[in-house]
Amino acid sequence: MKESVESSVAKALEAQEQARFEQLVIPHLDAAFNLARWILRGRADAEDATQEAMLRAYRFFGGFHGTDARAWLLQIVRNTCFTWLDKNRHAERQSEFVEESHPDASSSPESLAIATSERERLTKALEALQPRYREMIVLRELQGCSYKEIAAITSMPIGSVMSALSRAREQLQIALVGRPREEAARDV
Amino acid sequence: MTCDTMKTVLHGYLDGELDAARAAEFEAHLEGCPQCLAELESQETLRTSIRNAGLFERAPSALRQRVLASTNVAARRDAKQAEWSWLAWAACFLVLLYAGWQVARDSFARRTDGALTTQVIDDHIRSLQPGHLSDVISTDQHTVKPWFDGKLDFAPPVTDFTEQGFPLQGGRLDVVDGRTVAALVYGRRKHFINVFVWPKTGAASAGESGSRNGYNWERWNDGRFEMWAVSDVSAGDLQQLQELLQRQNH
Repeated sequence: MKESVESSVAKALEAQEQARFEQLVIPHLDAAFNLARWILRGRADAEDATQEAMLRAYRFFGGFHGTDARAWLLQIVRNTCFTWLDKNRHAERQSEFVEESHPDASSSPESLAIATSERERLTKALEALQPRYREMIVLRELQGCSYKEIAAITSMPIGSVMSALSRAREQLQIALVGRPREEAARDV
Repeated sequence: MTCDTMKTVLHGYLDGELDAARAAEFEAHLEGCPQCLAELESQETLRTSIRNAGLFERAPSALRQRVLASTNVAARRDAKQAEWSWLAWAACFLVLLYAGWQVARDSFARRTDGALTTQVIDDHIRSLQPGHLSDVISTDQHTVKPWFDGKLDFAPPVTDFTEQGFPLQGGRLDVVDGRTVAALVYGRRKHFINVFVWPKTGAASAGESGSRNGYNWERWNDGRFEMWAVSDVSAGDLQQLQELLQRQNH
């Protein structure tokens, strides 16, 4: 009898925890998926990684006592994605984005002409970035995160967020036009 | 500050993350530096095109369903176990889903009172979310009672107890144990009490009461209806309402 009371109390607590999870975390599933999609550069991988991250979030949910569930979830998603990259495509993270030797970047006039829509052009440029630069752009411009949130999500000191964003945007400009503006300007 | 430093500060300015003093300092620099001004404009253009490009990709609905299903069934099962490999997860998922469905069906068939308590408390908590409490808002029992007509296959007893300190606030439909039930809402000072009512003939029972996660509940059967009262008011208050309700038709 005592045991059944205990187990039903445990069940009730579990149900309450489940309800809290659905209320606080599930609404950020789109944000989670979007971040994974951009870090991993593919929807199929992103689906798998998002699900893995959601399960992880569910398991660690007891330890979440903060107020910003989105930042908390995105941190888990982000870490899951980088582990995923480490495991699955070790090569990718090693390869630095180097402007001169990046044949894929939409740098030539021909490829620019092919990438007709702005969306396509930006997608290509973003995907050409190093994952760590890409995530900065995605967190800031697509997810609208504050510097404080970005610091929490990426485990970066808040003082470094501004310069990291500045580097990421510079890299994105390079990927879009082929090289830094100043250099291009100097040539004219 | 040098132009090089300003190139970084520019991003804080663009993002609205500088404090007033630093923003003013940057603006002063901008006035004398066409290069930084051009860079700021170019960054603004870039940001606008990123934001207008519709790059945010929403989760596919299949993923949403998988996540909901797995946090419901699989994660719980796995909670005590060590990390499984991702592939094992994928392989086990369908099996667990099937098993979970079987178990759920099984336990539904012989649902225990404990689970019913959980449901009723959950319904109570959910009803407190904005806009969920009442579908018919009235302190008049002659408005609330007819409202249920045609919405339920039974007529729940509805009595206002304003004089006794439990004003009727309204009613709504809710679901308990898979069936649609009447939920009556009573007020007690600033708190709300949900009374769930559904027909269950049989011997009238004196009832039980309990408390779970800060919510008190009372259940009883008056021979025609099964009734559950749930609230965060004190057990004494709840019992008082229970006695009123039990006497209402006698």
